[in-house]
Amino acid sequence: MYSRITGTGSYLPEKILTNHDLEKMVETSDEWIRTRTGITQRHIAEKSQKASDLALYASQEAMKAANIASSDIDLIIVATTTPDMVFPSTACILQHKLGADNCPAFDVQAVCSGFVYALATADQFIRSGKCRNALVVGTEIYSKILDWNDRSTCVLFGDGAGAVVLSQSEQPGILSSHLHASGSYKDVLSVPGSIESGAVQGNPYINMEGGTVFKFAVKVLEDVVREAVEENKLKPSDIDWLIPHQANIRIIRSTAQKLGIPLDKVVVTVDKHGNTSAASIPLALDIAVKDGRIRQDQLVLLEGVGGGFTWGAVLLRW
Amino acid sequence: MENVEQRIKKIVAEQLGVKEEEVKNESSFVNDLGADSLDTVELVMALEEEFECEIPDEQAEKINTVQEAIDYVTENAGN
Repeated sequence: MYSRITGTGSYLPEKILTNHDLEKMVETSDEWIRTRTGITQRHIAEKSQKASDLALYASQEAMKAANIASSDIDLIIVATTTPDMVFPSTACILQHKLGADNCPAFDVQAVCSGFVYALATADQFIRSGKCRNALVVGTEIYSKILDWNDRSTCVLFGDGAGAVVLSQSEQPGILSSHLHASGSYKDVLSVPGSIESGAVQGNPYINMEGGTVFKFAVKVLEDVVREAVEENKLKPSDIDWLIPHQANIRIIRSTAQKLGIPLDKVVVTVDKHGNTSAASIPLALDIAVKDGRIRQDQLVLLEGVGGGFTWGAVLLRW
Repeated sequence: MENVEQRIKKIVAEQLGVKEEEVKNESSFVNDLGADSLDTVELVMALEEEFECEIPDEQAEKINTVQEAIDYVTENAGN
């Protein structure tokens, strides 16, 4: 028994914030942002929108592509760092909006690796015969946890959602998944604040040691991609499409270069989306599926790293 | 076999996209060779790979010029 992605979907809020818009808000420049990150614009959710709203649009599109109804879904996993509320989970709120009651639904918190973690988890449920059709979503509204006066972080992130339907299949599908974490780096990339006794305690905005994150990311992403291909007796050069977490074009380039994967086999959306954390991989996947780049039987590798640190990869045959 | 100085200058030129003859011992990566903060991180990673060593972040912050890189590698790396 294997699992296979049978439908993809995504959603980006209408409002676009360009680098030139940001120049009017903080001391920065389009040139600085582009050369450091590769980002030219990002989408920003409306104040009234929650992570589950973005997730709903992406999920409906994925379900339509997979040709399944809400009643066919027997597992919902939502990867998010920016949930609607403390509880219930964004997955339960999405479940209600979809009218898919009764199946298990829960959130996964692995920051920018969240979608890889969620997909790996859903794959285990399907392989063990516990479910037939899983809805796996990455959805984020980072604009709510950005300090818009901090030019070192507010230029990096955007909002959006991506979703896939993962279904039972006789053929793979997902070949293997590889998850890692190292909590000793917990302070390098974090939103340390919390809600306690009716008030926010500590800093509720992103703080990041950029250089350390960059160095760690490039190292572990190369390692985890090699781990994934070697376990399947393949080589990095066998990969048809590398779909990295879209944090920074220079991390993406550096990783691809170390692996010997040419950039024309890498799906890049960071220029238009910014870093959408758990949503970036399913968003990029959906775009490359819809524009016809990813075709049947191709080898696709999804990889990401995020706060924790957490990191991981999923290798699949499309 | 090239010496440490030649190997470092070669890496600096490759990483920062400058000509090798522009890379002097006293050159500052940021002020003279146009490196930004991420370039310096990538440069340190390239040095670690070339000389098979780990350069801790607090040491890496002190390596701002070609000569400082040469001194660090000479003192700390086995080859």
